[in-house]
Amino acid sequence: MARVELVVNGRAVKGEAEDRTLLVHFLRENLGLTGTHVGCDTSQCGACVVHVDGMAVKSCTMLAAQASGSTVTTIEGLGANGELHPLQIAFRENHALQCGFCTPGMIMSSADMIRRHPNGLDEATVRAELEGNICRCTGYHNIVKAVLDASDKSKAAVQAI
Amino acid sequence: MGLEGIGARVLRKEDKRFITGKGRYTDDMVVPGMKHAAFVRSPHAHAKIIAIDTEAAKKMPGVIGVLTGAELKADGIGNLICGWMIHSKDGSPMKMGAWSPLATDAVRYVGDAVVLVVADTKGQARDAAEAVDITYDELPVVVNAVAALEQGAPQLHPEAPGNLIFDWDLGDEKATNEAFANASHVTRLDIVNNRLVPNAMEPRATLGVYDAGEDHYTCWTTSQNPHVARLVMSAFYNVAPENKLRVIAPDVGGGFGSKIFIYPEEVICLWASKKTGVPVKWAADRSESFLADAHGRDHATHAELAFDKDNKILGLKVQTVANLGAYMSLFSSSVPTYLYATLLSGQYDIPAIHANVKAVYTNTAPVDAYRGAGRPEASFVLERIIETAARELKISPAELRRKNFIRSFPHQTPVIMTYDAGDFDATLDAATKVADYDGFEDRREEAAKRGKLRGIGLSCYIEACGIAPSAAVGSLGAGVGLWESAEVRVNAVGTIEILTGSHSHGQGHETTFAQLAAERFGVPIDSVSIVHGDTDKVQMGMGTYGSRSGAVGMSAIVKALDKVEAKAKKIAAHLLEADEADIEIKNGDVKVAGTDKSLPWFQVALAAYTAHNLPAGMEPGLKEGAFYDPSNFTFPGGCHICEVEIDPETGTTEIVQFVAADDFGKIINPMIVEGQVHGGLAQGIGQALLEGTHYDDSGQLLTASFMDYTMPRAQDLPSFKIMTTETVCPSNPLGIKGCGEAGAIGSPPAVINAITDAIHNNNLAMPASPQTVWAAIQAGK
Repeated sequence: MARVELVVNGRAVKGEAEDRTLLVHFLRENLGLTGTHVGCDTSQCGACVVHVDGMAVKSCTMLAAQASGSTVTTIEGLGANGELHPLQIAFRENHALQCGFCTPGMIMSSADMIRRHPNGLDEATVRAELEGNICRCTGYHNIVKAVLDASDKSKAAVQAI
Repeated sequence: MGLEGIGARVLRKEDKRFITGKGRYTDDMVVPGMKHAAFVRSPHAHAKIIAIDTEAAKKMPGVIGVLTGAELKADGIGNLICGWMIHSKDGSPMKMGAWSPLATDAVRYVGDAVVLVVADTKGQARDAAEAVDITYDELPVVVNAVAALEQGAPQLHPEAPGNLIFDWDLGDEKATNEAFANASHVTRLDIVNNRLVPNAMEPRATLGVYDAGEDHYTCWTTSQNPHVARLVMSAFYNVAPENKLRVIAPDVGGGFGSKIFIYPEEVICLWASKKTGVPVKWAADRSESFLADAHGRDHATHAELAFDKDNKILGLKVQTVANLGAYMSLFSSSVPTYLYATLLSGQYDIPAIHANVKAVYTNTAPVDAYRGAGRPEASFVLERIIETAARELKISPAELRRKNFIRSFPHQTPVIMTYDAGDFDATLDAATKVADYDGFEDRREEAAKRGKLRGIGLSCYIEACGIAPSAAVGSLGAGVGLWESAEVRVNAVGTIEILTGSHSHGQGHETTFAQLAAERFGVPIDSVSIVHGDTDKVQMGMGTYGSRSGAVGMSAIVKALDKVEAKAKKIAAHLLEADEADIEIKNGDVKVAGTDKSLPWFQVALAAYTAHNLPAGMEPGLKEGAFYDPSNFTFPGGCHICEVEIDPETGTTEIVQFVAADDFGKIINPMIVEGQVHGGLAQGIGQALLEGTHYDDSGQLLTASFMDYTMPRAQDLPSFKIMTTETVCPSNPLGIKGCGEAGAIGSPPAVINAITDAIHNNNLAMPASPQTVWAAIQAGK
């Protein structure tokens, strides 16, 4: 058994897990944070993306023990002070989700993408960057729109400062 | 329409829980004492089971039970069935082989479930599953349906000699032969509709809970139709009587048909919960989904289309071999028959059609409905062959279609369907205009200068939705009626609950269905809740598939709203001392027309429940139910245009433009309809360009993960140009045709027509991967 200590969504958590426990299973089963989903077993679909120390990580590619000592943000912790994150708003306003299963991973990946592109994004870049996230419902059309929308707004916010 | 009524682009009520990670999917469920299941599945595509040794597995850490098919049978659990009877042309009923939820005597595809292990953790269940020792005697394997019909092919089921499930005909063979005898031109085409894996992003899962105190079962499951699941598990699989079985389909992460069927796992986990005394949860891995979810399509077809000297179509002949896999899944027989051949007239006036379909067993995963279900296969046959004919006849593909369009409605086709409304010129005109179809040759020339092959392809599809008139489908062999039910409950404070038998797994019912009440009573949609997906809450329903939730599900709600409105008006007329005919309900007020007398909506509701002052003889309460049985199928249709550029050096196809003009009849929420089209197009383009399902000769699935099976990703697709035209559907009260499957039905032929136009070789298999396209370019040189 491995001892796992994390800060998840701003809260310090401790727990024990089998050595083979993946971070995604630790989040879902030990912490009850079921917003992070498991959509495949080959690290392809991206439904399990969370932020580990500020970077987007597929939580099915990391052991819980490996993540110990890190700060983790999941979809449940993305908004701040009870407010939705701009990407969460953009996904809703652009109808960028249907069944909702890939959505948490999409939003977490996109948040990282926008962080890495402070000068803004274009459609081709967004499509290339979403390579690791599969959606079966939306045809990506509205997801791309939502990410560009949130990116434009975040760029505008930065410029306003 | 108001801000939230019919036609408004209302943002979705359900989104908040999904964007904040608060969705509740089956695998998120935890109940006290819950344990985890793993299946031991066959590694062989065809083998006799000689022995099953579970002793070592039973001794593994955490193991609670290791269960076999023999025990399942001893407890009286029945075999899985196909619920749609098809009769062969000789009048004999289809030949259904036995399908035990856990295999006992033989396995027939890789992934066939043999043993269930229940343990404290999922990891322990899997470890123990590996310790189950099954002795197999391997048998010869056949994976291709045409090969399975050959003399000497390996035989799957004793009930189906020659692997032939049925040999079915539709249409008038004699009239069709006569039409061909008079033809001045005949176009012939052999095509394969490739097998697809549906791959909803949420893998299937189920949680079976047996309550010994009540002798009652609860089944959480990833289902598109929980009531049908309860009905089938109760009536046919002998799990429990309906009143002792509750089925809950909570948030479901996409279905696309694959979650219609009642699979072995639900049945087994319910039974295992009683057997082991603990709640049993199973959640599929994606690899397991690839192996054991029902697949889609897999047709091999020869088609011939006959023309007179004026290029008018005289007749169509179609012969199809449909691969149904190793067992007949729940609706598998209806897909290559009444959902396929009945659509072969397309948008065209074809005097004579004859279709023959042979359905065949092979050592592959069962095949059943996948988005479109039969209709994409029909549209692919017809739209490929008419484009091919236009090339042979050297006339514009748009022109040839126009020449043969049906323009008068109702129109009786030679293959059962009576089209009730449509305007095929309107969708073709809209799409060709936006795509600048007439200006294409300039773009082809310009691309050639850059060394690219540019092509354009059309597809003018029709489909049948609003499934379906119960008596009609009953006469065609359906085991169930295909109506829908609804109940509208107005609470004493005026808020509303709408209970529906439709199930939402991405379609946004919680929003669109609420818009109906907003339209009717002028109440905000936030005061309207949609209740679905639980057999304890909703009495009965037929679920969501075949683009039926709008045309059938919402029509049932409309009928219930009619009754609520009528009663509310009676109450209001009594309270306001007015004539019932003068009462109108607008913007949340109940008024006497032409006066200033009015009551707020909630006061009428409250009056219904206080019952202090109701009309004489009226029952208290404001709650009404309705069943709606459609009078006809609905017929969405449209025109899709795909434009591609191909790199001749690599065979890589880029979709440079995709235009879709669709006629869905009346639209409740355009935003949601557009989303449905986008998703359907992605699946259709995925079929055409990317998604191939390959079994090797020994029956091993080579494309069994997202690393081998090419799911469309954001970079593989363009942004779409979509629009709608409208002819109102006369067959339901809302005028709706349905939109859920159109994208997947119309797009594959448009893509393949475009590529074959670009490379000047009409012989091109799907998926048109770079390798396939490159080889076709070389072969066409």
